[in-house]
Amino acid sequence: MEKRKYQGIVKKYTPKENRMYNSLVAFFVGGFMGVLGEVLIELYSYFFNIPTKEASVFMIVTLIFLGCFLTCLGFFDRFVHFAKCGLIVPITGFAHAMQSAALEYRKEGIVMGLGSNIFKLSGSVIMLGVVSAYVFGLLRLFIMGA
Amino acid sequence: MTNYYNNVFLNMVSTVSGPYEANGPFGKLYDKSYSDFYFGEKTFEQAESRMIDESIDILLNKIGKTRFQIDLLISGDLMNQLVSSNYAASRLGIPFLGIYNACASSVEGLIIGANMVEHRCCNNVICSVSSHNNSAEKQFRYPVEYGGPKPRYTTFTTTGGCSAYLSRDKKGIRIDSSTIGTVCDMGIKDVYNMGGVMACACGDTIYKHLMNTKREVGYYDLILSGDLGIYGKKILTHYMKTEYNVDLKNYDDAASMIFDIDSQPVYAGGSGPACLPLVAYSYVINKMKKGEINRVLLVATGALMNTSMVNQKLSIPSIAHAISLEVIK
Repeated sequence: MEKRKYQGIVKKYTPKENRMYNSLVAFFVGGFMGVLGEVLIELYSYFFNIPTKEASVFMIVTLIFLGCFLTCLGFFDRFVHFAKCGLIVPITGFAHAMQSAALEYRKEGIVMGLGSNIFKLSGSVIMLGVVSAYVFGLLRLFIMGA
Repeated sequence: MTNYYNNVFLNMVSTVSGPYEANGPFGKLYDKSYSDFYFGEKTFEQAESRMIDESIDILLNKIGKTRFQIDLLISGDLMNQLVSSNYAASRLGIPFLGIYNACASSVEGLIIGANMVEHRCCNNVICSVSSHNNSAEKQFRYPVEYGGPKPRYTTFTTTGGCSAYLSRDKKGIRIDSSTIGTVCDMGIKDVYNMGGVMACACGDTIYKHLMNTKREVGYYDLILSGDLGIYGKKILTHYMKTEYNVDLKNYDDAASMIFDIDSQPVYAGGSGPACLPLVAYSYVINKMKKGEINRVLLVATGALMNTSMVNQKLSIPSIAHAISLEVIK
């Protein structure tokens, strides 16, 4: 059988993902994360009497801790399974990616296991993040001036 | 290539399963089941190796032999360099052949073993196979706790270790014939769509087996494919109809049977080298012993996937081997 014809059969019987539903779930969960972050910033700046900029650092640390802690307890992958990008795109997803790799490779030693594998999933985020920061920084410099 | 056997018998089998399989429809039929993924070991890889050990221990107890009386151990799994099998074999001290055909390793082992026994290269063989969900996830996909989202047509690697004892003693099930398949590549690149990748190899092997043996589909009371999943099963049925004009009767798929797909979080069914033998060595063999079915064709399918080659944008080749089992008359 021709490859194209076979691929047609495979396509016919392969179910499609419900993108509308997935996007809506990610939208609301991601939005909820944003609201949670904002509430934390307000609470920190109100109770500790610190400026918003510092409070947002506190908020990020709190969310990273929550993400890592729930990953260690084994809950976070279930939330990710349900919410998908709603939890992967915010800072919690980055923390979760690092923590899950750390848990997995801890048993292969501190240096060769944990050290060399902790960025296994999140390494590309850092690399592309730095590159795109340079690109957009330069664009901004040329278009809007210094 | 099809081989025929006159004096090879599948005397005894043993199965060890993980927690998801134990909660599946055949949970009570396995010799031993674990409720966690570590089995008291430190890592998933070591746990997988332990499953092979335990399945062989159970098997030796059942047949009443010691490991020194076994001529050959053939074993396969999914791990790099077959570590699970190698470490199990190093503890057992039985002459050892390690084999890899991904999820088709189970039947590949049986075929090699049956040929060795038939041609008197050895008196008896143990054919083992194992897979472990978490060690496979770690090697082929993401860290286990990451739980990256997957499409619903993907399959869930089974956790289990299975062993079979072959010899010339006329007990148990007779091995009638076997067909070694060719590698098939239809240009599918989706690593989650293993059913689609493997259905062509499975179809080709079934057709070749039927042609070479000059049998009709109805000759077999059950044709059991390895791990196509609920969607791969439909692809195979359609493929057989359009390509070879064969209507698959009495056909089922181990991947769709091993789990309760509606209630367990297993996507489109099971996969992994242990998927087919977990069903075949429990449910199918029990049915054969009761006399409800007499002739069974096991077709193990394997996606010969490698993460580097997939990242290099190559398509995934697949293979299938078939072995025909008959009740002794």
